[in-house]
Amino acid sequence: MTSQAAPVIMTPEIAWVEAMKFENRANPYPFFDELRKTPVARVANGLYVVTGYRELMALAHDPRVSSNMSHSPLAKTAAGAETPAGADHMKAYGKEPSMIVSDPPDHDRARRQAMRHFGPPHTPDLIPSMEPDIAKLCDQLLEKAKGKNRIDVVDDYAYPVPVAVICKILGVPLEDEPTFHAWIQDLMAGVDLGPEAATEEGRARFAKAKTSTAALAQYLTALIDGFLRKPGQSMLSKMVNDDGPDGPMSPKEAASNATLLLVAGHDSTVNTIAHCVLTALRNPGCLELLRDRPDLIPGAIEEVLRVESAVQFFPSRSALADIEIGGTVIPKGSAVFLIYGAANRDPSRFPNPNQFDPQRRDNEHFGWGSGIHTCFGGPLARLEVNLAFEKFLRRVENPRLVVDPPPYRQSQVFRGPRHLLIDFDRITD
Amino acid sequence: MKTSALVTDLVTEFKTNGRIVIVGASLAGLRAAEALRDEGFNGKLTIIGDEKHEPYDRPPLSKQVLKGWVRADHTLLPRTRKVDAEWRLGVAATRLDRTNKEVHLANGDRVPFDRLLIATGVRSRPWFNPKEAALEGVFTLRTSDDAGRLQAALAAKPARVLIVGAGFIGSEMASVCRELGLAVTVAERAEAPLVGALGGVIGDIAAEMQRDHGVDLRTGVSVEALEGDAAGHVRRARLSDGTTLDVDVVVASLGSIRNTEWLEGAGLATGFWGVACDAGCRAFDVNGVVTDSIFVAGDIARAPHVLYDYQFLVLEHWDNAVFGGKIAGHNMVSLEPDRRPHLPLPAFWSGQFGVNIKGVGVGPFGDEIVITQGSVKDRRFAAAYGRRGRIVAAVTFDHGKWLEYYGALIERSAPFPPPPPGYDQANGIKPIPARFPDPRVPTGFPDVVLTGHDPTARGAEYRPKKQ
Repeated sequence: MTSQAAPVIMTPEIAWVEAMKFENRANPYPFFDELRKTPVARVANGLYVVTGYRELMALAHDPRVSSNMSHSPLAKTAAGAETPAGADHMKAYGKEPSMIVSDPPDHDRARRQAMRHFGPPHTPDLIPSMEPDIAKLCDQLLEKAKGKNRIDVVDDYAYPVPVAVICKILGVPLEDEPTFHAWIQDLMAGVDLGPEAATEEGRARFAKAKTSTAALAQYLTALIDGFLRKPGQSMLSKMVNDDGPDGPMSPKEAASNATLLLVAGHDSTVNTIAHCVLTALRNPGCLELLRDRPDLIPGAIEEVLRVESAVQFFPSRSALADIEIGGTVIPKGSAVFLIYGAANRDPSRFPNPNQFDPQRRDNEHFGWGSGIHTCFGGPLARLEVNLAFEKFLRRVENPRLVVDPPPYRQSQVFRGPRHLLIDFDRITD
Repeated sequence: MKTSALVTDLVTEFKTNGRIVIVGASLAGLRAAEALRDEGFNGKLTIIGDEKHEPYDRPPLSKQVLKGWVRADHTLLPRTRKVDAEWRLGVAATRLDRTNKEVHLANGDRVPFDRLLIATGVRSRPWFNPKEAALEGVFTLRTSDDAGRLQAALAAKPARVLIVGAGFIGSEMASVCRELGLAVTVAERAEAPLVGALGGVIGDIAAEMQRDHGVDLRTGVSVEALEGDAAGHVRRARLSDGTTLDVDVVVASLGSIRNTEWLEGAGLATGFWGVACDAGCRAFDVNGVVTDSIFVAGDIARAPHVLYDYQFLVLEHWDNAVFGGKIAGHNMVSLEPDRRPHLPLPAFWSGQFGVNIKGVGVGPFGDEIVITQGSVKDRRFAAAYGRRGRIVAAVTFDHGKWLEYYGALIERSAPFPPPPPGYDQANGIKPIPARFPDPRVPTGFPDVVLTGHDPTARGAEYRPKKQ
């Protein structure tokens, strides 16, 4: 594929730019392999990318690496400069930083305040209680496809399920979905760390993302104000009306975290469901194997997350001290990108790393991140993806890819197919 | 035939027709059995256990089982595969005959072996006075039967529970008692709870936790006698400070004794601290000569560890049993150079008083401690232990996600104190004495002990530290 177009001498700088280019979105991995020759590499002024498994593991857990965007040189560039740096939107999730761009102790407190209303030990039943709804939704969408021979797995199957579930959990009215869906699409498209960000289209996307992000924040702020006046049973309402040991979350902070939970609460799930279908169809025998042995599905999903991490990296981190790692010293103040999608294919950790092996053992990948920022919604996402993938495998007869590779979305960070057309014989009962 | 081909034939022959006996049917024994089958061992496998139960998990016994959430007989270990073994459960091994390669059983049977795994673990140290130990209402906790009986006694709402010994298990039991709304006294001879494993600085924090949760914690005292009523039920305890307590339930939580008696006379390096073996789980004989056919895993194993100056380390940790069992299984059917070392970074966890305590490394190897991250006041923090300028252990209270970082520092003997974190620094980040008691004084047996450099039976004995 595109790897043949790679120059003969590829410095980390060039490999990075290539990996970020839109034309390489379907397969950035040859450039990640190039980058990994220097597991911790300086790729631009003040920017270090980490592609080695061991190095990434160490830095994800190093308390001298900050996730607080205000420490990052990227945020400083974005604030006053003309050049759009996509990471600005991470910060612009709201006026107050959300937990994903915060450090302890604020991060820990916010995560506790949110987790109390989402998972064990205080709310052990919420996620399991979603199972019947998720199963029903998947079935309804497949019913709709009856009589057809082609669907877009993204728009017709992967998207509607997680968005409905996260709306129900957070207390966001599902009828507002058309409105916020557009805003979120804009926000994601604005997170562009590649060379296209500097083009006219790139600038336009960035400007639109800024407006849409603000609109989304305003929408959620109004929603939260409503919960303050009239408390309900939803997670967002409980967060701002809590009487737990950490008290209620401030409305501003709740608005930032609401944006985070709403966006991250479905977008990566959509990409993962789409990648499950895509990967299974690309690998002969995989569909049959998983149909015959549904007990292998959970492990196969983890393997999809290894080879196609829904969040390829998150551009929030920076070094608060000089950090010596992987033969490099990351100077204090540098931005540090932990490239999960690259470390997940490190041959020193995973044998035959570019091979999708649904029965892979010892698969401790970074598809959910690592350390204190490990995916908050992982248990919910696992349930959704398992049900959606299992029903797809069982009910869609003889599915085939129409286009391979499918068209991809703009963002390198939240990477997934824009559409995934498949043909099939029929939908079974 | 070339020698190399002969050796390959031998290995194939052994994997097909060999006889392996595992003595000890708990975590280490089970995982070793599974590893043996994973490695392609198709010969006869016998697993001997003195308890009648199938292998079960012990950590829940002092927590979920005592709380009444899970029945005592509902903690069976998950199986990773079929092991196709002959299970001899409910019958103890009584003797090892190395000359004839046989294990003698309590019922008179003899089980022949080509290779043997010793995984007989430990048992609770009983109350020192047998008459008092026989009183109704006096308990120890190690087995699921113990847990079932103690749970029933707690469910009967005793007026006061006395727990003697404030190690991890004693402290966990005290926590459960408070959650059940029971009045509980904890008597500990040391200055604070958990001092053997974590030192006095952390012990003071653990003591505060206990008192905040309404535990009547008494430190620096021992329980000298238990008194029963006419019906033979325990009713009073006399403490070394002259006080007496009215109690209905007494739990002796005094650490453990290694189950080595059946090995007496076998000529292995066996003693107070278990059975000495090399880093590849092969047992040493009395003279420190490594054996070829006898392997050791789990709580009973005593092996030299590279991270701790090659001192023989004993580890009563769950994952030591899991990984030790796996490595022993692998090495039992492998020859050099395919044998692997079992050199775990020690790791443990405990749940008590609503706090998740986790640790890595060997704290008592160190003599200094520094609180690095979080807040002791909020009981959410990480702390590192040091010895002569290198980091040797770390402990976290509700901060377990940081352990990966400290574990990596310990594995490469990084400098102590570690570099200051970029945020959430604990107040006054500077090393202070960790205040460990002498681990060889039999008052506060920790579950991790460095037992010196001597691989022979003499080294496996208990010897008080020279003053």
